[in-house]
Amino acid sequence: MRESENIFTFLRKELRPRGNIFTPFNIISGITILAGAILIAIRFIFGLSYVTNLNQEFPWGLWVAFDVMAGVAFSGGAYVLCFVVYILNEEKYHPIIRATILNGLLGYMFYAGALVFDLGRWWNAMNAFIGREFGVNSVLFLVAWHFFLYTICLLIEYSQVLCEWLGLKRVRLFVKSITLGTVIFGIWLSTLHQAGIGALVLMAKPNIHPLWFSEFVPVLFFVSSLFAGLSMVIFEGSISKRVFWGRLPIEHEHVRSHDEILLSLGKACAVIMFGYFFIRLFDFIHGHHWVYLGTIYGMIYVIENVGFVIVPMILFSVGARERKLLYVKVASLLTMIGIIINRFNYVFVAYKWYIPFSMKYIPTWMEVVVTLSIVFLEIWAFRFCVNRMPVLTPMPAWAKKQDEKKSEEAVIPLWRKEAIL
Amino acid sequence: MERRDFLKLCLSSAGGLFLSGFARSSRAFSGEASEKEFMGILVDTTKCIGCRSCEVACSSSHGLPSPNIEQEVWNVNDTTTERLTVINRFSTAQGNIFVKKQCMHCNIPACVAACLVKAMKKREEGHVTWEENCMGCRYCMFSCPFGIPRFEYASPTPRLQKCDLCYERYLRGEPPACVETCPQEALIFGTRRELLLEAKKRIALYPKRYVPHVYGEKEVGGTGYMYLASVPFDQIGFRTDLESKPLPEYTRPFLYSEPLVLIFWCLFFLGLNRITKKEEKR
Repeated sequence: MRESENIFTFLRKELRPRGNIFTPFNIISGITILAGAILIAIRFIFGLSYVTNLNQEFPWGLWVAFDVMAGVAFSGGAYVLCFVVYILNEEKYHPIIRATILNGLLGYMFYAGALVFDLGRWWNAMNAFIGREFGVNSVLFLVAWHFFLYTICLLIEYSQVLCEWLGLKRVRLFVKSITLGTVIFGIWLSTLHQAGIGALVLMAKPNIHPLWFSEFVPVLFFVSSLFAGLSMVIFEGSISKRVFWGRLPIEHEHVRSHDEILLSLGKACAVIMFGYFFIRLFDFIHGHHWVYLGTIYGMIYVIENVGFVIVPMILFSVGARERKLLYVKVASLLTMIGIIINRFNYVFVAYKWYIPFSMKYIPTWMEVVVTLSIVFLEIWAFRFCVNRMPVLTPMPAWAKKQDEKKSEEAVIPLWRKEAIL
Repeated sequence: MERRDFLKLCLSSAGGLFLSGFARSSRAFSGEASEKEFMGILVDTTKCIGCRSCEVACSSSHGLPSPNIEQEVWNVNDTTTERLTVINRFSTAQGNIFVKKQCMHCNIPACVAACLVKAMKKREEGHVTWEENCMGCRYCMFSCPFGIPRFEYASPTPRLQKCDLCYERYLRGEPPACVETCPQEALIFGTRRELLLEAKKRIALYPKRYVPHVYGEKEVGGTGYMYLASVPFDQIGFRTDLESKPLPEYTRPFLYSEPLVLIFWCLFFLGLNRITKKEEKR
């Protein structure tokens, strides 16, 4: 924003769509979102059973498994990269940190926000935060608070970009000064709620197939969120390259190091996935679950762990060593599919495994449409931000000047007007 | 460490401890801490004749539509949002055995530990009840080892339905509707201690009539409803794979790790940040 501009005229100008409205992607996603909105209206007016296949045996379905469990794991890239950039001071990954934080923030806002559709008594949703009683022994209570606090953390981390967009110079300084604290707090929150989503299934031990149930589920979910998040970063980075690079004045540094960054992330994924696979193998051997391998669930288990853990792991390591970006991209896609399969298994495939397949929960097309519209909405929001704010594009000159000066003084209080404007 | 970082650490620690302090005060785990004893019901399946008057009494006392037991003989085999208890018939070597199914009222229930707004409560008297402040997340249904809570999916303002061991009647001093109506005294209402004594007495007195197992004595840490039977329990529709460890115990280590992770992470990360900071930027 320019100094002389009024904030309202500026916002009105920014809210206007950019570029061609009727592209194939916009038409398809627009129709999906419209259909999703109608279905959501039906769900709120008539009830859950008019849209979903949820039943008394399978209380959680696609919306919990995909939106919350998988979506939150995919948003995990934000805390992993924050750790690398702000804690380990690894400048190499700095060019992609903003896009990753934005992706994480939108992920939490949309995917965790979509949980409201799934809540049967949604008007009581705030009871977890300002209710008369707190179920403090509930893992879900912990997860809900962590979602809420972590979204605020991400918002603070992202607000530097917002300040640069809106030209709020002093606010930016303040926000910058609390970044490290926010990052540490955010990583703590993430560690525990990524693991906490896994801990949700611990209490359902009698209902979950022995091949999947393990006391290590929280650890598995935490570790898998590391590589799921990084895969999402790789995936999003490759898509962004195609979509935005031709149209936006991307930072030079970003363009130069982009492939290198993706390859390194691929290498990191390979190592973490090896750790993940090792824990699962260890757990499998200790659990004496050989007998189940012959069953249909054994097959699903093997497909999940070989096809979507070992194969992408090998692809990642080969791609990183031979410097083949295509391998890394394919591996990241496979990994993401694997995470979705894994979360589905915990929520409804291997859940109540003693129930015959004919009576199992299968999502309706309406649930799928609603899920897709949330994904599309998130992409729209992401595009909106990237097109307008300095996410991939260089930050304004005044912000750069602030960063250079800032290392002199430890902190410039918000109230010291004469500071360094 | 600079003063700024120290203050940040203090602030974030305080915030974390505030939150994790909630997790620490785990009173719901210790149901037995109260002086009152848990009430329960002993079901003697050898005495049940399958008249299903308990189903009718249950529906009328809960204001639910009365089951048409004349017409739909033994078609229903599971509880629904409108049937909080059902009688099932099992053909065994000992002839037909009738088994009542409803909420088991666990001593340390998974559904209560699951609830994030304490809508599901374990009362001091042992009743597991549901209240209107529920947000409908259905984590209780996901966690229940017996698959009991029933959710009104077809309603825009759904409620959760399950047997509440007639908590309101208990407060008025009346026994549960099903117990009151049972013509065979197949159901006995009392404290868990009394019921266990009675069950063990019957097993000891009539060793040929009963298998030597009280279902619900130890399953998932003990349940309020307990069963006696003449055949092994897996033949009459019970889960026999349940351990004696209460299910909330599985999540407790995770909840306790929260403050530890916070303190460890804060110090570890601040240290890492100092170590890796480039010299010219410091």
